[in-house]
Order: sequence, then structure tokens, then C-alpha cells
Amino acid sequence: MSDVLELTAAQALERISAGEISADEYFDAYAARAAADDLGAYLWRAEAGSPNGAGDGPLSRAPIAVKDIFCTEGIETTAGSRILEGYRPPYTATAVRRLSEAGARILGKTNMDEFAMGSSNENSGYGPVRNPWDPERVPGGSSGGSAAAVAGRLAPWAIGTDTGGSIRQPASLCGVVGLKPTYGAISRYGMIAFASSLDQCGPLTRDVTDAAILMRAMEGRDRCDSTSVGIDGGVSLPSRTDLKGLRFGVPRELTADAQGIEAGVTEVFERAVDRIRDLGAEVDECELPHSSHGISAYYVLAPAEASANLARYDGVRYGMRSAAAADAEGGLGDGIAPAEADLVSMYERTRAAGFGPEVKRRIMLGTYALSSGYYEAYYGRAQRVRTKIAQDFAAAFERFDYLVTPTSPTVAFKLGARAENPLAMYMSDYCTVPMSLAGVPAISIPGGLAAPDDGGPELPVGLQIVAPAFGESGLLDAAHAIEGAIGFDSAPGSRS
Amino acid sequence: MAGELSGILDHVERMNELDLDGVEPTSHVVALENVLRPDEPRPSWPREKVLEPAPDPDEGAFRVPSPQA
Repeated sequence: MSDVLELTAAQALERISAGEISADEYFDAYAARAAADDLGAYLWRAEAGSPNGAGDGPLSRAPIAVKDIFCTEGIETTAGSRILEGYRPPYTATAVRRLSEAGARILGKTNMDEFAMGSSNENSGYGPVRNPWDPERVPGGSSGGSAAAVAGRLAPWAIGTDTGGSIRQPASLCGVVGLKPTYGAISRYGMIAFASSLDQCGPLTRDVTDAAILMRAMEGRDRCDSTSVGIDGGVSLPSRTDLKGLRFGVPRELTADAQGIEAGVTEVFERAVDRIRDLGAEVDECELPHSSHGISAYYVLAPAEASANLARYDGVRYGMRSAAAADAEGGLGDGIAPAEADLVSMYERTRAAGFGPEVKRRIMLGTYALSSGYYEAYYGRAQRVRTKIAQDFAAAFERFDYLVTPTSPTVAFKLGARAENPLAMYMSDYCTVPMSLAGVPAISIPGGLAAPDDGGPELPVGLQIVAPAFGESGLLDAAHAIEGAIGFDSAPGSRS
Repeated sequence: MAGELSGILDHVERMNELDLDGVEPTSHVVALENVLRPDEPRPSWPREKVLEPAPDPDEGAFRVPSPQA
């Protein structure tokens, strides 16, 4: 039975429809793996034999892991935050509902950086996630639980969210496929908001075909999210095995001119570019002149939006209220009002106790950037930089069909290595943030293995492929050809 | 925390190197304008369901400490 864990989801679905394995056996095999999770990947797990979300459809009642940022009716949803501990939403996110309608069953809710703010999963209010390739290292973030679950064979596939790299970077660090679709491709309804003009849901999978299957089920307009437009013509399953007639651009600012890209990452990247040439594509250097300012603009815009979105956590409508906790513990320390609190001190205590340090940091950055005296200098400027970055991509796509870069400047780093230096952590998203600001789709596929700069066994390196807005079908097709040529078939040794 | 925030703001201020005169700000990347729908009434969720996740629901409302306790 354990060999079903080696199948991609598409292969398993074929065997289920051919009657070679039963849907329940398939689900239960993964439920057993999830129950034995030793990576901290899950925050909630379904029992074997669980009927949740069962529907008839092409996904044949297959299990799927869902990032804990998606509201799931009756199932605890925390977004990795203590402030939402115990929250059971009254409704289900559209993306999850669509998967259920296509026949998928929720296998578990995956751990994540609190409110998706982080690049290592160390900001979860419920403990870190470990990388299945090396448990001393991070899986990336913020969709770290989803990536680790797929890489560690604790789930056949998963969904996550990406605001500045939160699907692609953990996919890269865990050696799986991760797709951030075009902004607007999938409804954000029921996806707990971080930065609303950037957040987008997407798949984390074993291969490109599986990613296409999930995209197909989830994309589309939703009347509950007026920014969702869907993908014209839907998403077709990839079949391409060559890249003849296609032009690939390698943006200098995110490769040769970038600082902090590890030697091993560059080596794997250059080998992947050779494969792209071997497949018949034309490859040439290109420019995204403003992309080096991506991190600056992003760390104004995303915290600004977050500071507004997170105002709703006030201890009134859902989640925790700290007045009761303070009563029990006899107060929360110096400078915080005693138990008989008025409304405002209840807000303050709830937010002081409920949010972790990174979330507080971003709320402060965001409110500062939006404050009247600084609005134009920070927020206004960042919005203009965003325009320039979007124009850079538009210009590059006049010459090229796709762009390629490394997904992450480094392989997985050790737990704690960047915890004391927020800016170093933010630089993990150097190569992924520009695409988010431009709203264009980008996929990370495993490019190979490289030794980390600080020594130790080889770890996965992701290759990022970028397409024009709503070009998902072509992007998946190109990624499929490259995936075939790279032939990455390594899996973490710690599993068994 | 204060030192960390200053470090982040120093990095952010590198945007000042750019000449952004006359550049329009982008708040949203998909070209959408005035997404409208017919104004048709439909049922809302039952009050009990919305109150269920609240820390202190009371008689069909959210109870909070007095603003002037």
C-alpha cells in the first residue's frame, strides 16, 4: 500500500478510475502519514475514513492539504495566529469549495507563518515546520506546512497562498512544484487577507501536471470576490516536450547582477538554462531595471495593506479576547491595564497577546507608511515603483515569451539563522516579489540539488518561470517540458 | 524592535534614488473598473451562525466591555 505514496496525484487518480486502487485506501494511506507527521506540517488532520467534503467529481475523493489561511466551515482556521485560536469559520473559502465540488477531500490544515508573514515558517504561533530534506532547516514560508507535507509524502498535493513568494519560495526549498497564478485567476473569498492587492491562492504539488489539475478546478470568477476574473479559456493540461519557437529571457538584475545568490544555486540555475536551450528555445539576457527595488516597494505596500486588514482582530467578533486570560493570569505585565478593562484596553490587550512579533512589526511599518506626514514618501512612492516594475515586465514580454530566474537566492537555511535579522529574512523573496507586484503568474519547479554554503548534504534548488498575465496554460506547458528535461526525481531521505 | 524598524526603513528609502516624477501609482494590477452586479436581495447568514465564533455573544449581539469602565 505504501507505494501509492510514490504516485503523483494524477497517476493515483488514473488508478482509482481504473479500479486498481480504491479512493478510500488512497485517502487512508495519506491520513495515516499525516497522523504520523513529525515535521510540524499540520495544525489539523482528518481522521482516516473521514467523509469531509466528499463529492463526486474528477478528483475522485482524493485527499488534499489546505493551508490554514483558508476558511473551512466547522474546521478550526487560525492562519497560524494565536489570535484566531479556536476559530471555526461559518463558511468555506471559494477555492476550497471548488476543490470539494470537484471531488477532493480535506486531508488536513497546514501550518504557516502567522497571517502568511514570513519566509521560514518560524513565525507560526503554533511552532515551526521542519524541512523534510533536513529537519534542522526551515521549509521556507509562508506556505511552509503545505510544501513540507507534499515533499515529505504527508500529502499528495496541497494549496497555499503567495503574496510575495509564499508558494514559490517554500516549493523551491522543499523540492516541489509551486504556482502563483495571475492576480485575479482564483477567488480570494474566504482566504484570510494579508495584503489584498497581492494575495493569490495556488497549488503546491509533486509535478507540473498535478498543479494544472488543481488550477483547473480552482480558477474562475466568483461573485464573492469582485477582483476575481478567472482565466479565459480555462487551464489545459500540459503536454509539451520541447520549447521550439519560444524565447526565454534571463533578467540580469535577478541573476548575474543580484547579490547574495549562493554559488550552488547559480550552478543549478545555469544548468537548467542549458536544458531550456537544449529543448529548442532561444535564450537571451534581458532587463527588469526596477526589480532591485521590489523588496523596498513590497515592504511598504504589503505592511500598509496588512495594517488595515488586521484591524479586524479586536476580540469582538471571532478568535480570542485577552481580558479573560488576563483575569486568570493576573495581568499581562507592566504598562498594561489591570483586569477591569474598558473597551480600548481590551483591544490593546487582545492584540498585544494575540499577535506575534513579526505581525506587530508589519502593522507598525504599515501604519507608519500610511500616516499623513509620510504617506507620499513611502506609500505613494512604493505605488509608483510598482508601476515601473509592472512596466518592466510588459517591456520584457514584448521580446520574450517567458522569463527564468532562480526562485530563492539560497537553499533552505537553518532554523534560527535569519530569525534575528528581519531584513535578511525579507531578502529571501528577492527573486519572487517583483512578479507579485506586477501581478504576473510564476511557477517554481525543482531544478536540481546543491550543497548549502554552510555545509551539509545537498538540498533542492527551484527554477522560477514567469509568464505574462493569464498565460497559465502556456506557462504550465513550458514548465512541463523543462521538468521532463531536468528529470528531477530525488526525494527527501528522512522519509520512510 | 526600534532598531529593526529603522533598518527596514533605511532599505526602503533606497526608492529615493529613482526619478518617479509623472509616474502613475498602481494600487491594483488587473484593469478592472466598477465591477457591478444586479442589486438582488439574497438571504444573509442566520444571526446565531455569525455570533457562534464570538468570544462573548449575548442576546443576539456581541458583548464588549464598557468604553468607559
